[in-house]
Amino acid sequence: MSTVAIPTTAKQSSTLDPALLVPVVGAGILIYLAVLPLFMLVMGSFQAEVAPREFVYTLKNYQNAYASPHTYSTFVNSLIFAGGSAVMTFLFGTTLAWLTERTNTPLRSLFVPIAVIPLILPGVLESIAWIFLLSPKFGYVNVWLMHLFGLQSAPFNVFSLPGMIWVHSVGQVPLAFLMMTAAFKSMDPSLEESAMMSGANTWQTFKRITLRLLAPTAGSVLLILFVRTLESFETPALIGIPARIYVYTSEIFLAFNEYPPDYGRGGALAVGLLLLSSFGVWLYTRATKEGKKFQTVTGKAFRPRQFDLGPWRWAGFAFLMVYFIFVVLLPFLVLFWASFLPFFAAPSWSALDKLSLDNYRYLSTFRPFWEAMKNSIILSTLTATVAMVLTSLVAWIVYKSKLRGAWILDVLAFIPITIPGIVMGMALILLYVAFPIPIYGTIWVLLIAYVTRFIPYGMRASSGSILQIHSELEEAAAASGASWWETFKRVTLPLLRPGFVAGWIYICIVSFREFSTSVLLATGESRVLSILLFTMFEQGQVTIVAAIGVLMIVTLLTVVGIFYKLTGKVGIQT
Amino acid sequence: MIEVKGLVKIYDDGSNAGVKAVDEISFTVEEGRFYTLLGPSGCGKTTTLRCIAGLEKANGGEIIVAGQKVYSANENTYVPAYRRPIGMVFQSYAIWPHLTVFENVAFPLRVGKEKVSNTEVKKKVTTALEQVELGGYEDRMATQLSGGQQQRLALARALVREPKVLLLDEPLSNLDAKLRERMRFELRELQRRLRITTLYVTHDQIEALSMSNVIAVMNSGVIAQEGGPRDVYLAPKSKFVANFIGSTNQLPGQVISVGSDAMGRVRTEDGEIACAILEGLKPGSNVVVVVRPESLNVHLQKPANSANVLDAKIGAAMFLGEYLDCTVELGHNVLQTHQRHTLEIRRGDPVWVELPPAECMALPA
Ligand SMILES: Nc1ncnc2c1ncn2[C@@H]1O[C@H](COP(=O)(O)OP(=O)(O)OP(=O)(O)O)[C@@H](O)[C@H]1O
Ligand SMILES: [Mg+2]
Repeated sequence: MSTVAIPTTAKQSSTLDPALLVPVVGAGILIYLAVLPLFMLVMGSFQAEVAPREFVYTLKNYQNAYASPHTYSTFVNSLIFAGGSAVMTFLFGTTLAWLTERTNTPLRSLFVPIAVIPLILPGVLESIAWIFLLSPKFGYVNVWLMHLFGLQSAPFNVFSLPGMIWVHSVGQVPLAFLMMTAAFKSMDPSLEESAMMSGANTWQTFKRITLRLLAPTAGSVLLILFVRTLESFETPALIGIPARIYVYTSEIFLAFNEYPPDYGRGGALAVGLLLLSSFGVWLYTRATKEGKKFQTVTGKAFRPRQFDLGPWRWAGFAFLMVYFIFVVLLPFLVLFWASFLPFFAAPSWSALDKLSLDNYRYLSTFRPFWEAMKNSIILSTLTATVAMVLTSLVAWIVYKSKLRGAWILDVLAFIPITIPGIVMGMALILLYVAFPIPIYGTIWVLLIAYVTRFIPYGMRASSGSILQIHSELEEAAAASGASWWETFKRVTLPLLRPGFVAGWIYICIVSFREFSTSVLLATGESRVLSILLFTMFEQGQVTIVAAIGVLMIVTLLTVVGIFYKLTGKVGIQT
Repeated sequence: MIEVKGLVKIYDDGSNAGVKAVDEISFTVEEGRFYTLLGPSGCGKTTTLRCIAGLEKANGGEIIVAGQKVYSANENTYVPAYRRPIGMVFQSYAIWPHLTVFENVAFPLRVGKEKVSNTEVKKKVTTALEQVELGGYEDRMATQLSGGQQQRLALARALVREPKVLLLDEPLSNLDAKLRERMRFELRELQRRLRITTLYVTHDQIEALSMSNVIAVMNSGVIAQEGGPRDVYLAPKSKFVANFIGSTNQLPGQVISVGSDAMGRVRTEDGEIACAILEGLKPGSNVVVVVRPESLNVHLQKPANSANVLDAKIGAAMFLGEYLDCTVELGHNVLQTHQRHTLEIRRGDPVWVELPPAECMALPA
């Protein structure tokens, strides 16, 4: 008879049961990727190098890190930066989601895709573009406003905490927008209507029902925005450091960039940031669980109740237009414009004469650019592929294998979400600087870093589609004599495709724009585009940077487009 | 209590004309009555109800609730939903998940125009909960109730303000079959006890027939027929109503003669039938003769002096417990009948079908 009916006897007879090997190997990989670096980080933060290659255990690093005169101002800056950004992003995202989802604002459905466009603008470029616009010396917006109103000084200064908050927020809005849109969509409109039928007027309904129902979601969105801002390094690097406004992530970076690098202090700071973000994530998971309780039973799609804004709908429309032109479009335009300039100049008739393709011509023979481009493309596609294959396997084991202890894999795969990018960089330095295989300084260490960081995203995409696969399908395949691997390959994998494609594209995009891990790990040969942008911008080659930015966006769109086309075709064939 | 005159509702769907969901509907619900809007999915029942509730602004006509003109297109009157003396139960119950059972029911009292003291709130909520047999559940979170309990909670919430009118939109459709049957009974009992004017929306004919004083059968935005349960079931005025309520047999034919007593004769392919003829039909009109399955009698011997007896053959027969569901084949038509299970028949047996003339109706084809 076939092999299906006797898995238990097979287990007894062979010592190497493949069905058991896979989860064990999976757990091994996850521990290696997610747990080992953290272990090294914590160890490193308690060690000091007294003589070359000779370490002692000490608390000195923590003293250096947290008892310095900086400590307090760094803490306060981080709090203001993260809190301010979270609130601002939330307000923008919620307003956009509300206008497009729940009101009769004209042309609102057109703005839904527009609101997520900023996702393709890497954080480094976002910061650079806003420096072009709001720099007190040469920012276009400032120059124009001064000219227009005859002002003596620039009205805006991007090199300030409010400036940092603004720049970081506008880049994060798509995230808040998507989360709040989902929240509005899943809210049964009859909950509000029944309040009306109970005699509550519009304001009472809003206050006592709508707000209360949205509160748990709003809370968790705010929390996740706070944590993400705390972990971010793009704005703190490009705007904060020149402005001498330091936050946690910049302190870690500076400890690493001192000469000689102070790994101990950096490690101690990183441990602190790790604890903070873990606490945030823990709160977040709790808040989401609370929020789930509020979700009402029905699974059907609602016809959303739309507020008739009356004449105010034109105010809503104006808001959307202003947002689109000034927040979404302007950064792209300014980068595009600057990429044709020999040096930075305001748009004017005289500047028009100076427009040329010189920057692009220069780049075509500029080797570091091509190196970085190659690295970025290889890394983002490879990261997306490795992470998705790995998480597909892990998700299958967790949700389908019925193995005892499979949940451990789930927990392991979730750990990286708590690790801030720069902390991951720090941890991997400590792990690989003295590693027997010399991968430090190559793109492979970046690959490891990226894959680890983005495993949680992959898990979310994979588990979503895995949960939809009915066990019968797989059991049917097994019953027809297919081996475990055959089943996975021929039945499970094809069913996973939609989730796989979505996850792949998302991870590809975030890898391509990754900055905060790379800034510590990518050096010389292994430089990626975001890092090249950063260094060249620091050196003042701003118009070439703009050209790189334009090419970067074009490349990203092309890679995603090609992958989409390829998988789309495969999908049709089978 | 409720008066609807020439109500029109057009939804904007992007096209110029829009979707005319309700097309000049008029009806009146007398005080204390149980009035049902019955019709297939998408015929505009919910829309009508929502216009009365004030959740939807109509495009034409007039609505009067408890003597107050709450909507009038001509006078440009529109009383917002929260000012109308109406209680409503939604299909999804719309129980607020962030409030306890008590607070759910207390909400209408707390947001109302006139202040209600706490002791008064307590008293009224307790009474309302007891009315629906949810006494003792006050402190539970509303989401911890079963489907049937949530449904009753929604009812208590709608009633606690002592509204003049109760609107119910398919309140039973989310319950399983057994529970639905019981709730049907309980709901009707409660309505009788409170004597509250009720407008009920459903697509379930059994609910409509068993609960209502008056039924309005709706079809694509208009009322096809209004009447008591017996009227709409036994004397449908159109093919649509006959088809929608209960199952029917239809025999196409042509009117030969119409008598003075509204009875007449119709020629069908399987012979002449004596039947009631709908007012307005003339000899020569094309009609269908409709007759309910349970009205037909199947005889093994040719009955002596009965009218409308046709030769037939047994088609399929199915034993359904309560009755025997069998088809009988005439020359050109096939009829479905319900017979007592004592009838001993087999497929292909020659039989005689009797169509009692009083239970046959000729309706416009
Ligand atoms: N908000 C809306 N926008 C556009 N069309 C609508 C809207 N609401 C209802 N309609 C349309 O109006 C018609 C009547 O809808 P309504 O909800 O009143 O039907 P119903 O009789 O309650 O049906 P059901 O038994 O399925 O609930 C349908 O054709 C529906 O598609
Ligand atoms: Mg309906």
